Order: sequence, then C-alpha cells, then structure tokens
Amino acid sequence: MDSLPARVPAERIALVDLLDRLLADGVVVSGEITLSVADVDLVTISLRALLASVSSLDAYTGAEPATQ
Amino acid sequence: MTGACGLWAYAITEHGGGDALTEHGGGDLSRLTGVAGGTVRTVAADGFTVLVSDVDLAEFGEAALRRNLENLTWLEEVARAHHHVIDAASGLFPLLPTRLATVYSSHSAMVAALARRGEELRAALRRVGGRVEWGVKAYAAPQPDTRESEQPVPAQSDASGAGLAYLKRRRAQLTAREGSQQAARAGARAVHEELSGRAAQARLHPPQSAQLSGNQMPMLLNTAYLLDASASDGFASAVAAAATAHPELRLELTGPWPPYSFAGED
Repeated sequence: MDSLPARVPAERIALVDLLDRLLADGVVVSGEITLSVADVDLVTISLRALLASVSSLDAYTGAEPATQ
Repeated sequence: MTGACGLWAYAITEHGGGDALTEHGGGDLSRLTGVAGGTVRTVAADGFTVLVSDVDLAEFGEAALRRNLENLTWLEEVARAHHHVIDAASGLFPLLPTRLATVYSSHSAMVAALARRGEELRAALRRVGGRVEWGVKAYAAPQPDTRESEQPVPAQSDASGAGLAYLKRRRAQLTAREGSQQAARAGARAVHEELSGRAAQARLHPPQSAQLSGNQMPMLLNTAYLLDASASDGFASAVAAAATAHPELRLELTGPWPPYSFAGED
C-alpha cells in the first residue's frame, strides 16, 4: 500500500466488491446464488451468465484480463 | 407502474427503533430513491420496521428476476440502488441489510416471512446493529526477481555448459518464486489473524477471480470484518501498519460498509 487507504465514494465502489456482499456467497467462477424471492421460495440461479459478461466488467474496471 | 406491485425490502430494523425512524427517518428516508426509481418508505411488520419500495412484478417477479439477474447492466443498476438506500439508512439507525432481490408479493406475505424468522432476525440485529463492516483484500505482490530470466546468459566455453547454467538459474528462480508465494500466503494468514483480533467477527469471502477484480495479482484474502463504528480509525491504521510490515503483500481496504456480510445467520 502506497498510502493510507481512503474511503471510496459510493459511486466508485467496485461492482465486484458490492456483489461479494449483496449476493452473500460472493462472485465465484462456478458459484450460484440463492435468492429469497416472494414468500417462501428460495430460488437458485446460476452465475454463469454473469461471468459470460465478464468482458463488460473488464471494460468497467479498465483492466486487462489476467493471463495464467 | 402498470402491472401488479411487489415490495422490495432493503433493510429490517426493530420496531423499538421506531423513535429513531420517526425522529430522523421520516424526512430523510422519503427523499431516498430506491430500486427502479421507487420511493422508499417504512412499513411495520411483526414487531419490525422494514424499509421497502414498490416494484413492478413484471420486472421484479420471480420469473423476471431470474432473467434480469443474469443481465449485468440490470444487476449493477439494481445493486447500486439497493446499496444506496441501505448505506444512507445505516447512518441513521441500526439495521439488518436484506439480501439483494428480497421481494414480497404483498404486505401480508412479508409479515408472514418475518414472523417465521423473528427470533433469528432479532438475534442478528443485536449482533450487527450499529456496527460497520470493513473489507480487506490481500494480493501477492509482484516479484521483481522474475525479471532475471531476461538477463543475458554469461559466456560459456561450450553449449552444454550454457545450457546447464540456464537450467540452474531457472531452477533457482522457480524455487525463489515458490518461496515468495509461500511467504505471501503466510503473510496473508498473519494479517488476517491480527485483524480478526480487532474485530467482533470476521468472514472470509471467496477470493475474486482475476477477471472480475481486474487485478492480475493473485488474491490471497478477501475478508470482511465487523467492527464498532468507533473502532474504524484504529482498524484502518492497523491495516496500514500491516501493509508496511508485509511488503510481500498488497493490501486494499474498503468500507465502511453496512454490515452486509454478517446479516445472515452464522
């Protein structure tokens, strides 16, 4: 760390950090999220489609995709 | 709004906290815009007060949610609106943030859902209410010694000698790299231990993929710490001190967040 951390304004919060929290189990490559929708149902949806959109996230963060 | 309405829930607070809601909440909250531009209001339900706004079930009903949550643009907009409301409200009174996309078909459905989980919710409110969350991510710092491979091979009397020297140097590099990775992992564990000691609770999130974080350094730690708000300054200083003490790591601090990572039952 080059300097003391500064508080990030809300509009600059990285989406990935926000989704880690709002989707509770975090954004993981093959993960799934569970939603408490409506009255009782816990609906599980896949994050595969989200990850398929990774190219737009790369554009969002302005970073190059990592190489192995 | 054209179709049937549902209630999008942002956060739950105890009805006893109603004084705070009346004193500060009414005016401040009514100016808050929520998901899909909805106006945020408070609703009493089973001894709790819930922050909600109306949503069109054509867009936020179960089938539509399934589809829309896989649309990153839609998800981002909704996530930011959800966070905006919770972030603003958490500065006014202790609350429990609800998971993204908690939608009730009606007020009575919401009351029934809360009644089923009343005890849990009250316990969670006691645990996290009024506290804040800080996030710490630790990456393995890039190692400068990997550049050695670009240094010219010293002159050798014969080709096999040159090859042998290369192999030796390469092996030494790999050993050094392995050593530095181990050091970084050990450093991350030490930092987590130190920071956990300062927190009421800690929660490990899975490391973010390099693709999603946009950061090429390997992420070793993606942690949330629950703290009293008054402990925030000391915590930030501790993270800065840890960053200085651990040059093998790059640390990133985010927050303060509403206590998202600690709202669920644990």
